Amino acid sequence: MLFWDAILWIFSPDRLTGSSPLPLLIGQHLAYTLVSVAIAAVIAIPVGYLIGHTGRGREIAVGISGAARALPSFGLMLLLVLLIGVTQKPLAATIAFVILAIPSILAGAYAGLEQIDRRVIDAARAVGMTEWQILWKVEVPLGLPLLIGGLRSAALQVVATVTIAGYIGLGALGLPIIAGLELRDFTRMLGAALLIVVLALAIDGVFAVIQHLVVPRGVTAGRVADLRPTSSRRRAVMGTPIEEGRG
Amino acid sequence: MIEFRSVSKVFPDGTHAVDDFSLVIPARKTTVLVGSSGSGKTTLLRMINRMVEPSSGEIEIDGESILSRDPVQLRRSIGYVMQNSGLLPHFKVIDNVATVPILTGVPRKTARAQALELLDTVGLNRDLANRYPSQLSGGQQQRVGVARGLAANPNILLMDEPFGAVDPIVRADLQQETIRLQRDLDKTVVFVTHDIDEAFLLGDQVVILEKGAKIAQVGSPTEIVENPASDFVADFIGIKHGKRALTIKKTAHGSILVDSEGRAAGVLAGEAP
Repeated sequence: MLFWDAILWIFSPDRLTGSSPLPLLIGQHLAYTLVSVAIAAVIAIPVGYLIGHTGRGREIAVGISGAARALPSFGLMLLLVLLIGVTQKPLAATIAFVILAIPSILAGAYAGLEQIDRRVIDAARAVGMTEWQILWKVEVPLGLPLLIGGLRSAALQVVATVTIAGYIGLGALGLPIIAGLELRDFTRMLGAALLIVVLALAIDGVFAVIQHLVVPRGVTAGRVADLRPTSSRRRAVMGTPIEEGRG
Repeated sequence: MIEFRSVSKVFPDGTHAVDDFSLVIPARKTTVLVGSSGSGKTTLLRMINRMVEPSSGEIEIDGESILSRDPVQLRRSIGYVMQNSGLLPHFKVIDNVATVPILTGVPRKTARAQALELLDTVGLNRDLANRYPSQLSGGQQQRVGVARGLAANPNILLMDEPFGAVDPIVRADLQQETIRLQRDLDKTVVFVTHDIDEAFLLGDQVVILEKGAKIAQVGSPTEIVENPASDFVADFIGIKHGKRALTIKKTAHGSILVDSEGRAAGVLAGEAP
């Protein structure tokens, strides 16, 4: 049975030796994912906060995000390899993944700030908080769950897409899939695909826990707490603003 | 003392919220701005702490133009209480109250100790200090809002329809509390409401506003009731045919007062039977 063979393939001692041992490929896969999401976060969070805090530039951000989402990552990666040069393949791939990750994080950052009750921010300003204090003491903590939601969907998109790095010889878990495709070795392809699924679920799980933890105490206390028994799904949906701007 | 001199405000959408408004708000008294929605009363209030900037005219506090003050510093020196309490949902009650002192550099411990005392001042149990706003009733949240407004010990307290969203019984309670606080703490209170009863109850000086913050009448409640300046005022305060249009009705057991609908409003006290 193919499925069973794939699992045996994953746990075979042969996977620890050779030119591309599995732990190395998993490490590469995770590294591409984490580095790309981190770089995207460094770019997108400040921009998203600027938009969310000032309420300006939202249309532009939605437009650019929408356009970035429409770009096919595979084509973009190949184009970047051609543009930057074949010696810079890791850079080209990383840029493609960063561009893929930015829209979700950007949306998470500004949507997190936008959904805060305007009266709360008005009150913070009226009692004498500076704009920085409003951002750090009010907007960031109250917007954190949605920002984490944005990071969560960005990480999921990237972890799935890093697979294409194998096509340009950068390793990661795409490598066994591409190689398996050429050799018509479906066991190997399925084994690597299963590992990617496990990675994706693990990342999703970690972010789900973080997202749960960062909901500010006072927001979960009282009324909102009543939603909890039914809400682990709902919270995830609320916290994943990737559809923002598509409609 | 707060003084408005020929202040106007035109919002970017073209609304003339305030048109050539001048008023002196005396120190250590309660001045109530009262009017229906669209009378610009909240705009006037928010101009005092520069949450809204006038389009023209001047506002002075104790003879000093507020434009010469940094808005953030100015706001920290003025207490502000708003309708929905405006508490920060992720701060405990005690930290909400201590917000402004901590912003101005008071050590956290001192600020919290003072905040606990302020909970006493506004009649809240200290047990509530570690709750979050969403765990309090509307009336309790409003009291926390007042405590926060008082926390930096400001001379001026701005109150923007602070009791508009609580039920009538709690509102009556909070109104009495406000009168007591003003008597004890001697602040300059500027209070905005659309409720003329509340205005007459709380105000030393009542300012009745028409559309565009045009002053219909300024005076003590007594002065206004005794001598309404216009039909608009008489209508607004209900002495033409509202619940303040009282007539004496002789009954077998003495005189009672009835309103324009003929409903009993009270008895004529001190009359020999």
